[in-house]
Amino acid sequence: MKILYFAWMREHTGCSTEEIRLPENVANISELARYLRGRSAGHEAALRNLKTVRVAINRKYANLESPITDSDEIAFFPPVTGG
Amino acid sequence: MQKILISEADFDIKAEYAALKKTGVGAVVMFAGIVRDTAKDPQLVAMTLEHYPGMTEQEIDNIIKQAEARWPLQGVRVIHRVGRLLPEENIVFVGTASAHRAPAFESAAFIMDYLKTNAPFWKKEESKTGSVWVDARQVDETALKKWQ
Repeated sequence: MKILYFAWMREHTGCSTEEIRLPENVANISELARYLRGRSAGHEAALRNLKTVRVAINRKYANLESPITDSDEIAFFPPVTGG
Repeated sequence: MQKILISEADFDIKAEYAALKKTGVGAVVMFAGIVRDTAKDPQLVAMTLEHYPGMTEQEIDNIIKQAEARWPLQGVRVIHRVGRLLPEENIVFVGTASAHRAPAFESAAFIMDYLKTNAPFWKKEESKTGSVWVDARQVDETALKKWQ
């Protein structure tokens, strides 16, 4: 599956996108975030406080309980500040 | 008639007005968002805008569809710039065309309010002392309440 990070989360993880294989015990967004936090200190910093984070599955807004599959594109990003 | 464009290049307000007017309506409302000038903020050097290609266009399309369901609109045009922008450069354009002024005014405000809180853009402010990501503002969330 494809994971994307934007804005300060991208700066923390050090990558805008990464490909991973979905672990068997990971079924939703909050479990995925917990798993990704183990990848590096930067991931840990980016995903430590999920209250301040927005998430999208296949380019649609989702929430921490949303189920995921190995073919999904998941994006983590801060609250938006365009306009 | 609708247009959604995410672009590094600036937009031509005259051309946008001409396109909205061509729909044969009685009212056109246009909004432009601009990087504030250095007279107001002497420290500001530039703003860099990042977005989520694909999702951005989809979210703006959703917002326009909601506006079209609420007001009789003949035309909607939304342009949002990305990349590094200097003080006084244009950031965003929203134009609406309708038979009468009320739907044109209201839908333009509705589209901007939703764009601010839903479209995946992020701003980084570059100042003379460093760079910081702009925080989301509670007033933008509050602005949505009047449409709900």
